[in-house]
Amino acid sequence: MAALIESRNLALHFGGLKAVDGVDFTLQPGEIHGLIGPNGAGKTTFVSLLSGRRLPQSGTIHLAGEDITRLPAHLRVRRGIAYTFQITSIFPRLSVFDNVALAVQSQGVSDLSGKTLAALARVGLEGLEEQEAQTLSYGHQRLLELAMGLALNPKLLILDEPTQGLAASEIQGFKDLVRSLVPATTVLLIEHNMEVVMDLATRITVLTFGRVLASGTPAEIRANPSVQEAYLGA
Amino acid sequence: MTGNSSKVWMLHLALLAVLFSAQYWLSPYNVTNLSRIMVLAVFAMGYNLAFGYTGLLSLGHALLLGAGMYAAGLPAQLWGWSAGPAFIAGIAGGGLVAAALGLLALRTAGVSFMIVTLMFAQAGYLTLLYFAPVTGGDDGFAVVATSRTLMGFDLSTDTPRFLAALMIFAVGLLASLALVRSPFGRTMVAMRENEERSRMLGYNPFTVKLAALTISGLYAGAAGAAYAILFGYVGASFATIQYSILPMLYVLLGGAGTTLGPFLGALLMFALIEAATGITTAHQFIVGAALVVLVLFAPKGILGTIRERWVRWLP
Repeated sequence: MAALIESRNLALHFGGLKAVDGVDFTLQPGEIHGLIGPNGAGKTTFVSLLSGRRLPQSGTIHLAGEDITRLPAHLRVRRGIAYTFQITSIFPRLSVFDNVALAVQSQGVSDLSGKTLAALARVGLEGLEEQEAQTLSYGHQRLLELAMGLALNPKLLILDEPTQGLAASEIQGFKDLVRSLVPATTVLLIEHNMEVVMDLATRITVLTFGRVLASGTPAEIRANPSVQEAYLGA
Repeated sequence: MTGNSSKVWMLHLALLAVLFSAQYWLSPYNVTNLSRIMVLAVFAMGYNLAFGYTGLLSLGHALLLGAGMYAAGLPAQLWGWSAGPAFIAGIAGGGLVAAALGLLALRTAGVSFMIVTLMFAQAGYLTLLYFAPVTGGDDGFAVVATSRTLMGFDLSTDTPRFLAALMIFAVGLLASLALVRSPFGRTMVAMRENEERSRMLGYNPFTVKLAALTISGLYAGAAGAAYAILFGYVGASFATIQYSILPMLYVLLGGAGTTLGPFLGALLMFALIEAATGITTAHQFIVGAALVVLVLFAPKGILGTIRERWVRWLP
């Protein structure tokens, strides 16, 4: 099967800091792919390159065979790459409805209200649509961020530490939700919560110092001695 | 939602009805003043779409007002265009200059955007002075009477002038209401609230802001052209910095990001200056003091504060 996303030798250095340093990465359609690594390993920078928030200094990115290395971020969104922010980035002074409607209407304005309410219902925020987004609890703001990502109807959904700040009870619901997305949507999941990654991901890539340390199934990653040494600490 | 929607439209139509009736109970002097206020309010509504809704703090809107005024006034002067085509030329002039301004100035944001728009407006003003033999410079020129008639009505007389101003104001007001309640209106607000997030929802901030600024320019152009045709004067003084500041003051006073704020602000500021002029020659001082009070106690303007505290459905 053709890869959904393929990066070759991707690099972005900040002065002497090699945030992303020659990453080869392949994402198959329909998988839930975990991206893990210690703090400062370059995970967020790497997905910023995929989503177009930053441009690489060298290397290439292909989306379903098309070279998108230099494509501006908003056009990548239109081609189906959605990014949800690590630090919740919503429109705090707009209503919950308007937040999600903004995502829906960038795809087209037919049945705007219906699609918006459907996205909210999918993450369990139904009934809160009139509320101002900044008055939501932190957990609900994370879910709103997720609803905005889903409302884009993406081929690839990049989730940057989605469970950070969620209560244990909310995490189970989140896992069920992510499972329900595949295979229609491919998920790239940056996650610190090992339990969540090991449970959800079908494949995992480990980054350290901007490089790929290992890639494989959760079982292979668990068994990999260099991963254990560098990261899992077991 | 639908309940609020009908309330909102009723409120705006009620205001227009009250304004229409004003010709019967206001003195002729004040009817003329109200015509002037409505034209200035059209200018302020356009400013509000850029500043209040899209978050573009421009200091160069005098350029757009002047563009509309001269785009209507010069063809009337040079080629004897009648009021209808001259007015349309004014709207187009405002929109075109706004689009050109946006293409250059929207590469910047925030304080740089303020400075760049101010700079272009000054360049526009100086250009009008430089070509004084044609533009009349600071002295300007009077618009010929034949260009101030529309379908047989003499727009230099009180009632036709008032009705023409009301018509332009009504179209501007209802169009801005429809715009801010449309999906594109929501996108404009998204630029003001969180541009980076908007980009990651698939919007190109540059084109959205360019469209908003161009619409703002159409309003400014309409106001400038209306001023030329209804009040019969065209001059470079309307392209000075003062006319970039005025719409901002109106909008801040009435409430940025509210559909009725620009009119309310223009009305109150006009009344305040009238009252202050009667008391002292230092009327600018009173205006300044009023603004300081406003910024300290109601930074969201009158309607912004009312919306926040009491009337949530106010658009």
